[in-house]
Amino acid sequence: MENQTYNYAIVRSFVTWSMIWGLVAVLVGVIVSLQMVDPDLNFPPYLTFGRLRPVHTNAGIYGWGIGVIFAAFFYIVQRLCKVPLWSDKLAKFQLWFFNATIIASAVTLLLGYTTSKEYHEMEWPIDIMVVILWVAFSINIIMTILKRKDEQMYISLWYMMAAIIGVAILYLVNAAAVPVSLFKSYSAYAGTNDANVEWWFGHNAVAMVLTAPFLGMFYYFLPKSTGVPIYSHRLSIIAFWSLIFMYLWTGAHHLLWTPVPDWIQTLAMGFSIMLIAPSWGSVFNGYLSMKGQWHQMRENYLVKFLILGITFYGLQTLQGPMQAIRSFSAFIHYTDWVPAHIHMGTMGWVSMICFASIYYLIPRIYDRELYSIPLANLHFWLTLVGQLVWSISLWIAGVLQAGMWNAMNSDGSLTYTFMETMVEMYPYWWARVFGGVIYMAGLVLFIYNIYMSVKKGEPTAVQTATTEGRA
Amino acid sequence: MWEKKPILLLVLATCAILVGTIVTMVLPFAWVNTEADRIEGVTPYTALQQEGRDLYIRDGCNNCHTQTVRPLVPEVLRYGDYSKSGEFVYDRPFLWGSKRTGPDLARLGGKYPDAWHYKHMESPRTMVPKTNMPDYGWLSENPLDPQMIQRKMEVLGFPFTAEEIKALNGKNEMDAIVAYMQKLGSDIPWRNTTKTEIVGDLVNPYIGVDHATMESWEDLYQENCSACHGDHMEGDIGPELIGEDYDDEILF
Repeated sequence: MENQTYNYAIVRSFVTWSMIWGLVAVLVGVIVSLQMVDPDLNFPPYLTFGRLRPVHTNAGIYGWGIGVIFAAFFYIVQRLCKVPLWSDKLAKFQLWFFNATIIASAVTLLLGYTTSKEYHEMEWPIDIMVVILWVAFSINIIMTILKRKDEQMYISLWYMMAAIIGVAILYLVNAAAVPVSLFKSYSAYAGTNDANVEWWFGHNAVAMVLTAPFLGMFYYFLPKSTGVPIYSHRLSIIAFWSLIFMYLWTGAHHLLWTPVPDWIQTLAMGFSIMLIAPSWGSVFNGYLSMKGQWHQMRENYLVKFLILGITFYGLQTLQGPMQAIRSFSAFIHYTDWVPAHIHMGTMGWVSMICFASIYYLIPRIYDRELYSIPLANLHFWLTLVGQLVWSISLWIAGVLQAGMWNAMNSDGSLTYTFMETMVEMYPYWWARVFGGVIYMAGLVLFIYNIYMSVKKGEPTAVQTATTEGRA
Repeated sequence: MWEKKPILLLVLATCAILVGTIVTMVLPFAWVNTEADRIEGVTPYTALQQEGRDLYIRDGCNNCHTQTVRPLVPEVLRYGDYSKSGEFVYDRPFLWGSKRTGPDLARLGGKYPDAWHYKHMESPRTMVPKTNMPDYGWLSENPLDPQMIQRKMEVLGFPFTAEEIKALNGKNEMDAIVAYMQKLGSDIPWRNTTKTEIVGDLVNPYIGVDHATMESWEDLYQENCSACHGDHMEGDIGPELIGEDYDDEILF
């Protein structure tokens, strides 16, 4: 297959824009973390914590996360199917529409146009834009798969196809609303029903956006980076089907002890624990694929990112089910423990895979070697340390706060007022700022390294791009 | 063989996704918000309250405040009676939240007098010195839009009167958000008294301390009392304290 027949231009564009939105997400993250420690850093009405926090989360999920998914899968689908993308024009439209959607989201959220539903804050006109975007992407991926030259579809494609379906169902159902004006609507569901629909969406957005596609990327980029195939095909089949079956039952673990019917909570708790099996199926598949290759953890920076990424995925999918147990949730829910959990997933698992994917792609889509491997290694350590400082400090904070909320005197009265528990958080919130800044420094280095590779990198040896074998 | 048939894979994946979806997300509609969990006394929001609720949403208050009290002892002691499904039937969207940077607000209604809320929203740190809540005084500069609010009430199907809409003229966003906060959690008679009083979780930390060894009382007064009783005990939201002489038991 001739290299130039593949559409790499679109991959290059999505890589660039996803990095820009990633930087925005992290920068806004650092800003809101500073607002947590100093309320004078709020500038009403537009730049307050309440309005900026959704900008942070949505830029991270939709701009950075989905941006990298678009980049990586436009590359992967062409390579695995051994045919060029179905429609270059549709892909080009998708690129511009993607940026228009992200910009429109950021602007409207700052203006206060929000539904308040977490990770789905954008109002209905932008919901429509997101749907158009997802349909454009889905058509291009599915049509490319349909005209593929390799009959067998590799694991990565299963995950992407499941995610295409999953996101479509989740997003449409949760978006249902009655508009009052162009920028205000009321949810189609009320109260407890609305809560249950929202967290069915919320938790499965994690499954279908932040898990399935990234597992697909992991299954592709790990063997490509190490040069040895995935340990067990059968294990990947079992893990795939049980993952997409079980995830959908677990949303209500976000609603333990709330007025949502008890049996839904219990089902959610049970399935959350069962989910450890398929999650760790992929983790083991990754680890066992490293058999005889562990020396590459020293030598190959791509492997470092990928293996640490899957390790954080493993930790995340143990901690998550733990939090889904009623007694533990009673203690830890609503404290700073929870953001620490989420950030292990986003800064650890998702972003590590994003970084590895982009590092892998650069020589293939630009025909330039990476500008500096030492810088990439430094980036790895800043990412790891920044994330650990971030999460560990808030885990401690969460346990401390939960303990204080629950502390009672011998006469049965509460020991601490709410404010007494809150002021104890300040040192940990400062530590979080510190962790975020370290992480952002790593991200800036990463972007600099990519920029320099494109501008000044050594041309790659011709055969790398053309002699790659099957996935 | 599904590994070679993309359409089959898409169909199978859809089925796998729909099973859990139908059981845990679609089925509950048969029980939730029906007669079974209806609570008498729970009323729709008034025009002013609903507008306050929309402002609460607009400014993302739900990012730091939850609105659901769990049936757990420390929680009920801290916030009040636990939340019941029927209390939320008029909530579009729900605002239970997921993080308590600030306290839960599900039972806020009637906890403080209106004047406390105005002062607290204007500058939270004058009332609660070490809070990280930003100032929302700017809300009082924005007048309400009665026409828009009427349209919202129509879309929601909530009852309203022409006088009620007319009364919104001259009111500002701060009036609306305070009205909303006073409605929160007060539809069920969980507070035994109808009288508005400050039932806080504040306890006197100086009980039993030898007064001679205490810090100078002026600083303590400024930090803990002046927000409600005035800088010179002249009274404000709380009563005047000059010339009063209480026993510790009554005082605290």
